[in-house]
Amino acid sequence: MSNAVVKRNRPKYLNLTALLFEIRLPLPGWVSILHRASGLLLFFAMVWLLFMLDRSLASEAGFESIRRYTGLPLVKLSLIVLVWAYCHHFCAGIRFLFLDLHKGIDKETSRLTSWMVLAASLALTAFFGFKLW
Amino acid sequence: MVNRVVVGAHYGLRDWLAQRITAVIIAAYSVILVVALMTGTPLSYAVWKDLFAQGWMRVATLLFSVSLAWHVWVGVRDILMDYIKPDGLRLALQVFVLLAIASYLGWTVQILWR
Repeated sequence: MSNAVVKRNRPKYLNLTALLFEIRLPLPGWVSILHRASGLLLFFAMVWLLFMLDRSLASEAGFESIRRYTGLPLVKLSLIVLVWAYCHHFCAGIRFLFLDLHKGIDKETSRLTSWMVLAASLALTAFFGFKLW
Repeated sequence: MVNRVVVGAHYGLRDWLAQRITAVIIAAYSVILVVALMTGTPLSYAVWKDLFAQGWMRVATLLFSVSLAWHVWVGVRDILMDYIKPDGLRLALQVFVLLAIASYLGWTVQILWR
């Protein structure tokens, strides 16, 4: 009898609809999933960033064309999203390194550091965004 | 009693550790580059070109790129292992990601030592 209870199908929430509508992911969970998402986004963006590095170092004309290109509103917006992705990945990564060392693993501290990661990455994005605009 | 099938000694630990060590290298390079760019003279082509013309900067950027490539491989592979269940599709995507990373590295070397 007890075996039948143990073997019942447990609900699994490893998909986007469940994540957004069915469960309430705790804050450290959001930091974690955003760490993944930002990492993947940066991987996809790498070809674009390398293209810009290539052109900007190739010649003076290339440098100026990239400067004009990065002035376009849509390009600028995309870059700011990437700046956020980098900042979030950076801050959340530092948090994970501390967790690896068993620092801040109790519930209150881990919630607090999750807030700090989200706030710090948004603040850094605002700072760099302001500088670049 | 737990029957473990051990395949490949230290396989998981090595990747786990590599991901963290490369993370520290990437972070250090990023901070140094950002601070250098923000405290230095306003960015022009001459400043930008001279920065990457120096031997130490080229080598540092290469070390950064190799660390980044390794870091990306561990991270993306983890994502593929978690979400892509059909073995054939996962293998194909892993090969694609490895080829992309290798291409990026080759391109980076070409940009640095032009």
